[in-house]
Amino acid sequence: MRYLPHTEADRRAMLAAIGAKDVDSLFRDVPAAARLDQPIDLPRGQSEMEVERALSRMAAKNLSAGSVPFFIGAGLYRHHVPASVDQLLTRGEFLTSYTPYQPEVSQGTLQYLFEFQSQVAMLTGMEVANASMYDGATACAEAAVMAARVTKRGKVILSGSLHPHWRETTETTLKYTGLECETLAPDPLAMEDLMGRVDSRTACVIVQNPGFFGGIKDLRPLAEECHAEGALLVVAVADPVSFGLIEPPGAMGADIVVAEGQSLGMGLQFGGPGLGLFATRDKYVRQMPGRLAGQTVDADGKRGFVLTLSTREQHIRREKATSNICTNSGLCALAFTMHLTLLGETGLVRLAELNHALAVRLETKLKRVKGVRVLGNSYFNEFALYLGEDKDASEVVDALAERGILGGVAASRFYPEWPELRPILLLAVTETTTESDMDALVAALTEVL
Amino acid sequence: MAETTTFSGNRALQIEEPLIFELGSAGRVGVDVADAPPVDEDRLSGLRRKAPIGLPDLSEPQVVRHYTRLSQKNYGIDTGFYPLGSCTMKHNPRLSEKMARLPGLVDLHPFQPQKTVQGALEVIDTLAHWLKGLTGMPAVAMSPAAGAHGEWCGLMAIRAYHDDHGENHRRRVLVPESAHGTNPASAAMCGYSVDPVPATDRGRVDVAALKAKLGPDVACIMVTNPNTCGLFEDEILEIAEATHAAGAFFYCDGANYNAIVGRVKVADLGVDAMHINLHKTFSTPHGGGGPGAGPTVLSEKLAPYAPLPFVVHDGDGLRMVEHPESSGGAKPFGRVKGYHGQFGVFIRALAYILSMGSDGLRQASSDAVLNANYLLARLGGTLTPSFEGPCMHEALFDDRFLKDSGVTTLDFAKALIDEGFHPMTMYFPLVVHGALLMEPTETESKETLDGYVEVVKALAAKAAAGGAADEFKAAPKYTPRRRLDETQAARSPVLRWKPGSNA
Repeated sequence: MRYLPHTEADRRAMLAAIGAKDVDSLFRDVPAAARLDQPIDLPRGQSEMEVERALSRMAAKNLSAGSVPFFIGAGLYRHHVPASVDQLLTRGEFLTSYTPYQPEVSQGTLQYLFEFQSQVAMLTGMEVANASMYDGATACAEAAVMAARVTKRGKVILSGSLHPHWRETTETTLKYTGLECETLAPDPLAMEDLMGRVDSRTACVIVQNPGFFGGIKDLRPLAEECHAEGALLVVAVADPVSFGLIEPPGAMGADIVVAEGQSLGMGLQFGGPGLGLFATRDKYVRQMPGRLAGQTVDADGKRGFVLTLSTREQHIRREKATSNICTNSGLCALAFTMHLTLLGETGLVRLAELNHALAVRLETKLKRVKGVRVLGNSYFNEFALYLGEDKDASEVVDALAERGILGGVAASRFYPEWPELRPILLLAVTETTTESDMDALVAALTEVL
Repeated sequence: MAETTTFSGNRALQIEEPLIFELGSAGRVGVDVADAPPVDEDRLSGLRRKAPIGLPDLSEPQVVRHYTRLSQKNYGIDTGFYPLGSCTMKHNPRLSEKMARLPGLVDLHPFQPQKTVQGALEVIDTLAHWLKGLTGMPAVAMSPAAGAHGEWCGLMAIRAYHDDHGENHRRRVLVPESAHGTNPASAAMCGYSVDPVPATDRGRVDVAALKAKLGPDVACIMVTNPNTCGLFEDEILEIAEATHAAGAFFYCDGANYNAIVGRVKVADLGVDAMHINLHKTFSTPHGGGGPGAGPTVLSEKLAPYAPLPFVVHDGDGLRMVEHPESSGGAKPFGRVKGYHGQFGVFIRALAYILSMGSDGLRQASSDAVLNANYLLARLGGTLTPSFEGPCMHEALFDDRFLKDSGVTTLDFAKALIDEGFHPMTMYFPLVVHGALLMEPTETESKETLDGYVEVVKALAAKAAAGGAADEFKAAPKYTPRRRLDETQAARSPVLRWKPGSNA
């Protein structure tokens, strides 16, 4: 077996040094009734070539996003990832290192985490960010728990603008914690009014901006209302590219910002792994979940970095920790920070403008399709298209797929229990969307509607 | 005592590297982005960003060099021996990386129509088939993102089962004191109280104490097996039986499952739920701290409560169940994360599993245990083993061998860094004093282990000889940075770069 170095002679010599008859005798603490004396009845090992063949066969059964006109978003966006990001990610010193518990031999990881934290804080307009969570959905759930801890209150209000997976993950996380979720109806028109809902029991309000259906809102009045009632405002963001164009949550009064970082650096990967971004204000840092890298000096007085404030974490605090989280999404954070460093201020702003302009272009082109209209009056790079009263967007998606177009996602995929959302199709564009992709979509939509 | 031996501060291959914020120059760009037409602010609700973000502008060559230099300040498995106990730092096959980059697998959106992603569902289903087959368990929840997340998922299923069976008074969880910190933290997130169970002087769960704590309010026990001392809980069948007799479930922390794959089916140990760290047992890269994946196998009783989504066989194809209404009568307790799980990690784990096969996986566990026992035997006379062998996949020592030397476990570990090795896990598990936990893994050769043993013995001899404490405390000397001031980092936290900060 190519990954196992021992020869039979090595094994014999080692057993002799141990003073054991055979390897089986090393397993003698396993109850005899539970010991297996043969490999389990599953396929035997295969060569590289055979494994490549098996997985390539599975790959061939899929329609990959890049091979067709593609308009799916709904929380995950297909942006172009520069070639150097993936090339650098495969460096073994990044790929095969552990959590940087030994800072003297982990300055690479610790420095990029420090840089990552700084970038996330800047993007979101917040004071401090952690070294990442599993994904946007779990970061959102953690924000709810943290807000309850900060405010010592028990009610969390989930806006209808929130991604349904983030909402479900948050509801599940709170289920047995004694905290209560007040979940509002899906909000395709971005008309939801949260004013007046916040009261003295409210720990936080969680809104997404731009919303799941695309709408962008001025959150300042809501932030004021939350703060007047002693509650926190949590703002969720699905595509960090939007930070290049839209006023950041921190500037609108957010107390915690959570986001999905996948769209920078990582590609789609069928939705996982993701990268949870988590940022807040300095005064809440000791209530924050997750790992933190911090700056310090070494024995020679040189600048260096360490993991810090770990008294919040499970390995020290056990059942009293701020979260059970032990890992972060280290390599995904590296991909994110590398992509963002390549873009810089200039590139990110240009990219965000381009994404928005292309979405506007698609809306313009869709005016040629009879009976459809964009819902709401603002969006970044994704909007909700209303197909007409008697239309079922999920059938339209299937019909588009038959024509070789991955034409968005039906709102009913997330909300089967809401018949009024059946005619709504979510369409996203990015810099990867071409003029001819848009024309193909428009032509196909005209045909199937 | 800074040694300034070069004008630049660099030392050949060790090159000082500023922060990205100190490298930028406004107007440079590392990605070419097409020009956009002027922005239609109407469509932004008047919420166009007003202030600049403050990100630095760099070109591609600067960026490539920056991260290459940073990588050279890291120690990885690719660099050398990494016997970090409880973390399973074994070789990460590059085939897995190659497979995870096949466009037909990586360039897929989770919300594509399901008939366009049948191959992706097959990856998930095939991996699930292996995990069930290897453990003998009937079901697996694939979506947890990490070990701790899997623990929580398993406990949520237990809580959902009890609530569904009118037993919601079961709110206490028994956790051995040697457990990972995630165990009690996960239990707390399910609204459980945590009741610690002491260990015996054999390094195992005190079964009598555990039995005495079992009662009608106990939801489950959480036992790591092999345990965090690197020992198999030899009374595990009795523990499981007593637990079940009390109406409680047996959650097994599968962090150390890599020691027993193919040699034991955990179903035969009476386990009701166990997470599997794909990033340990099935060799997906740790990536400097994630991403991992923690699929959780479940018993017949708990299977109906598995979280959404999951893959089912449906007619000729596979179907991803995303809502309770379409789950065929299951009672999912909810959703634990966005989308469909750590798919990129699944591809890598499957490539590893298919490569190894059931015979290779059994050989891997056998060699992992052989290597740990070899370290235990070769170092047993020099260091002080905490418990009598045999051990499983890791060897535990305590700091009695350093007594009166003035050298601590930490100092000893830091001296190993100068010798070119990554240190073992220190001060964990908490049940022994000054713990040194070494997990060699099966992918290390006898030559590597012999080289390590010689160095550890030499360092132990040097410590024992006396008078070397200061030298140990000054280690490491040859790293890009020497010991870092963690107290200062925590006392006055600097958690980000700020414009104008004199970093």
